Amino acid sequence: MEFLSTDISLILEKFSIIVIVVLALLGIALYTTFAERKVAGIMQDRYGPNRAGPFGLLQPLADGIKLLFKEELIPLASNRILFILGPFIAMFTALITSAVVPWGSQLEIFDRTVSLTIAKPDIGILYVFAVVSIGVFGMMIGGWASNNKFSLLAAIRGASQVISYELAMGLSIIALLFVTGTMNLGEIVTQQMGGGLGGFLGWNVFTQPLGFLIFLVCVFAECNRTPFDLPEAESELNMGYHQEYSSLKLGFFLFSEYINMIVSSAVMATLYFGGYDIPFVNETSLSAAWGNNVVAILGILMLLAKIVFFLFLFMWVRWTIPRFRYDQLMDLGWRKMIPLALANMLITGVITLWLNK
Amino acid sequence: MQPLTNRVKVLEPKPLNFMERLYLPNILMGMVITFKHIFKKKATIQYPEQKRPFSSVFRGLHVLNRDEEGRERCTACGLCAVACPAEAITMEAAERKNGEEHLYREEKYAARYEINMLRCIFCGLCEEACPKDAIYLSETFAPANFSRKSFIYGKPDLLIPDPVDAPEDFARAKGLIEDRKQKASKTLTA
Repeated sequence: MEFLSTDISLILEKFSIIVIVVLALLGIALYTTFAERKVAGIMQDRYGPNRAGPFGLLQPLADGIKLLFKEELIPLASNRILFILGPFIAMFTALITSAVVPWGSQLEIFDRTVSLTIAKPDIGILYVFAVVSIGVFGMMIGGWASNNKFSLLAAIRGASQVISYELAMGLSIIALLFVTGTMNLGEIVTQQMGGGLGGFLGWNVFTQPLGFLIFLVCVFAECNRTPFDLPEAESELNMGYHQEYSSLKLGFFLFSEYINMIVSSAVMATLYFGGYDIPFVNETSLSAAWGNNVVAILGILMLLAKIVFFLFLFMWVRWTIPRFRYDQLMDLGWRKMIPLALANMLITGVITLWLNK
Repeated sequence: MQPLTNRVKVLEPKPLNFMERLYLPNILMGMVITFKHIFKKKATIQYPEQKRPFSSVFRGLHVLNRDEEGRERCTACGLCAVACPAEAITMEAAERKNGEEHLYREEKYAARYEINMLRCIFCGLCEEACPKDAIYLSETFAPANFSRKSFIYGKPDLLIPDPVDAPEDFARAKGLIEDRKQKASKTLTA
């Protein structure tokens, strides 16, 4: 009986964390669309949206309501089931990537230690990779089912781009695994917290600078962000794979892109920037003084700050550089990133072996 | 292809050097530029709250003028209609009756005076043609509307407020006109 009761509370605990994480992701994604437009405006010497509510803060709500009330169109020549399945897969995969990200250490509520990670598999990184590569199916299926040449072209572009850059991304991750020795995201964070200057020097970005750079570029490609936004190139393919979509299904596609951005920012922060580690602060002595819960919440806020920084970086790059041409994209992926990642892997491997000898 | 003139200059694109082929330094330079733009002055004019000043010779909607006692200046001579290149002005003249001296300045007046704002090209030739200072172009421009008919402005739409009934409105409209005249003369003398 006792066993059963603890099990139920565990389910409740995980369920509430899932609900909070999903809602938070949706909320942040909502305001990321707003921030994108605001950043675009400010970087182009404009104000950006500032009419709906104070500072335009209600703009995402207005956009959402507008999307919701648009007519739901399904092209006659399209494959109905796949057409609906496309945005669903895109949204679903974008959301479930967040399951293995450690959002914080642990909270103590009612004598229970609540871990702030939804799941802690030992193959955390592999899980992220697997789910991200399913994510491209949403784009492909959506583009193909639209029965539109532009959408199909965009879907093919998207698929080949993701495949090309996933290779380099995987290779840069392998180099990182040489250093960490584990694929569990939570353990990677705890390892990084042990470095000098309150964990700051333990961040993997200092041991793997080239790996981080490759990973960053690949994340830009995987999220279909400028300069690699060829699948949704407005000027060439008019909106690309979501050209035929309208109303909430279009909203799902647009939203899943932003959620992907947030989750990959979180993964980047976790892998290379110490996750919820607060730099220049020794967490163990701080939690002795202020209590574990305060430090855990500060850690969550720190991770959020890191995510916000990466989101700003995404936008900053988007409003700075133009789109790559398709052959340039492939050239960069296959002839520059992969050899570079291989070299990085080799050097890291040799150095790790030499240090461990 | 054979060049059409002998002035053709063949440009050989220089191959990128190592730093340029790295992409990243140049991308970083570009990002520094966009970051600087965050702190620059915004070029936007927040329209309903802020308005750009009009040019001193701006020509907007027409105003039919009155004199100090509130009498209409127009005598329906038709010179404006003749001058109008777009044929936007129509009028009907009528004779002033006894007891209407406080309404109309001269013995003849315009019983109907219409300007079709969709035809009008806002050239200002009516203003120049008028011998009685009766018509002016103001600084307001035509508001949007749903029907074509509503763009035919009659006397009630065009007449300036009566200085006897509504002295403040008249002063405001008049002040604009005087202001514009001064500005125009300034730009002319300058």
